[in-house]
Amino acid sequence: MSEPKSDRPTTEPSSYLDFEKPLAEIEGKARELRAMARQNEGVDMEDEAKALDAKAATMLRDLYKSLTPWRKCQVARHPDRPHCRDYIDALFQEFTPLAGDRNFADDLAVMGGLARFNDQPVMVIGHEKGNDTKSRIERNFGMARPEGYRKAVRLMEMADKFNLPVITIVDTPGAYPGKGAEERGQSEAIARSTEKCLQIGVPLVSVVIGEGGSGGAVAFATANRVAMMEHSVYSVITPEGCASILWKDSEKMREAAEAMRLTAQNLLDLGVIDRIIPEPLGGAHRDRKASYDAVGKAIGTMLGEVTGHSRDKLIKDRRGKFLSMGSKGLAA
Amino acid sequence: MNWITNYVRPRINSIFSRREVPENLWSKCSECGTMLFHRELAENLNVCTSCGHHMAISPRDRFKALFDGGVFVEVKVPDPVADPLHFRDQKRYPDRMKAAQRDTGEHEAMLVAEGEMGQTGIVAVAQDFSFMGGSMGMYVGNAIIAAAERAVKLKRPLVLFSAAGGARMQEGILSLMQMPRTTVAVQMLKEAGLPYIVVLTHPTTGGVTASYAMLGDVQIAEPNALICFAGPRVIEQTIREKLPEGFQRAEYLLDHGMLDRVTKRTDMRDELITITRMLLGLPPAVKGTLPKPEAEAPAIEAPATPATPGAKK
Repeated sequence: MSEPKSDRPTTEPSSYLDFEKPLAEIEGKARELRAMARQNEGVDMEDEAKALDAKAATMLRDLYKSLTPWRKCQVARHPDRPHCRDYIDALFQEFTPLAGDRNFADDLAVMGGLARFNDQPVMVIGHEKGNDTKSRIERNFGMARPEGYRKAVRLMEMADKFNLPVITIVDTPGAYPGKGAEERGQSEAIARSTEKCLQIGVPLVSVVIGEGGSGGAVAFATANRVAMMEHSVYSVITPEGCASILWKDSEKMREAAEAMRLTAQNLLDLGVIDRIIPEPLGGAHRDRKASYDAVGKAIGTMLGEVTGHSRDKLIKDRRGKFLSMGSKGLAA
Repeated sequence: MNWITNYVRPRINSIFSRREVPENLWSKCSECGTMLFHRELAENLNVCTSCGHHMAISPRDRFKALFDGGVFVEVKVPDPVADPLHFRDQKRYPDRMKAAQRDTGEHEAMLVAEGEMGQTGIVAVAQDFSFMGGSMGMYVGNAIIAAAERAVKLKRPLVLFSAAGGARMQEGILSLMQMPRTTVAVQMLKEAGLPYIVVLTHPTTGGVTASYAMLGDVQIAEPNALICFAGPRVIEQTIREKLPEGFQRAEYLLDHGMLDRVTKRTDMRDELITITRMLLGLPPAVKGTLPKPEAEAPAIEAPATPATPGAKK
């Protein structure tokens, strides 16, 4: 079981994003006041602290009222944001991780296994980024190698054989660009995983909880139903990558994020995803419980929509969904 | 102004600038630097006659050399919504499209055709790297789906020549969605029991490699073609070490078990005929009786048509 707070970096400012700096100041001051009050008995600063809280709340609302696409990317990558492991712990019972691709290795950037969702046995597969230095390195920051995709293929096949619905949780900057990964067939592994998604005769639903990075995300998210969290992003390349190719300047990521239309709202308009999962004010990490509940509710609804369909219908619908994708553009 | 400036000087200039003309008849091999006569180079399918380096070839020229007698019929590809994201980087996407169309003389980055190859009916698709890096957008997805549907209808194998930098960023998420879309197309072929043969040419990278280009029944590559998911520069930046010689080249992939074969372009047609006929359960082709791929050299006459440089290189 993960205990999110204890192993998180304790220095508060590191978990504020650059555009949240003014907010960090006010919240920091409120904390200081309260700490001072605790140390000096008889000094009551609660009124002042509450006033600051109110100011912070207003500022937070204003900041998050309309986040620019680049800011959404930052929120999606927030170090405190709940990750795959957190959602599995919160929403699934009897999670039994299954490891390895039976070929080369076990890739910790991808976690998966049997679990129960609302008592029903399912297969859950997702990218895990890790939440402190040690686990981030172990998980390779959620960037999977071929073994990760091959493990996913194996688990999807098992789910198909035993008629278990598959739930995928997407959160990756992209597939890992490494020497060994290339030598062992990164592209083939991704292609096979996408292919497997399209072949299985069981319900497949997917949630993008943070970053949906390119092919590494598609390999899991070729599903009957796809949901995105309100402040998650899903794109063909990172804004930095796009900026460095098209603008020849990776500092132009704000422009690139804007042009690529990578927000949940854009993708819903384009018919690429089916639903948006609302997030607590200030992002999923500000109220984990509320985020877990919202994601759990969405998974339940999506599974409900596709449960009871025949194998053929599930496969046919999934293919049809992707074949018809892109038939409409954004309104002018 | 007098007749010297109006008449004599231009004539003199033209005599000197005539030296430029032969340069268009000659191409320099980008590998060994040998000057190659255009007709000879075209006859050798843009493969350097000196060092064997494979230079780019346009889909049209490739098809002329692939189909019997150079005869093929283009398969119509439905046009997708133009500029679905209203994308703009330093230029507008529609402007980039127009420029690519003007430079290559082609409509988009993929050409689909049907015809006979060694008296074996096939459908072929070829990606055009000179058209916006061969990038995979909605049109490329539509082309592969159209090709697969046509192949299934005619019960013919599909031969695909890939060449692309990856997904077309100007179509954003919709270009990414071509990965599952084209995978569905490949599944149509597999379910119909039809051979799907992929010929990977230089370069094939990114989302293209990670979808239809790696799902062939038989995977063949042209010599020294760069084939990868992440490009060498990105990897070097990530791992901060020098990559080994020949990394991500066709021969390297062959050594690592990622390909069936590496085949020279000049031998490719014979090999494709052999393989497709065996997979289709047809008797061997009697090479002598086969029509030549081309009665004559590709019609690349003097450099009078600089409007279509994409066709020759």
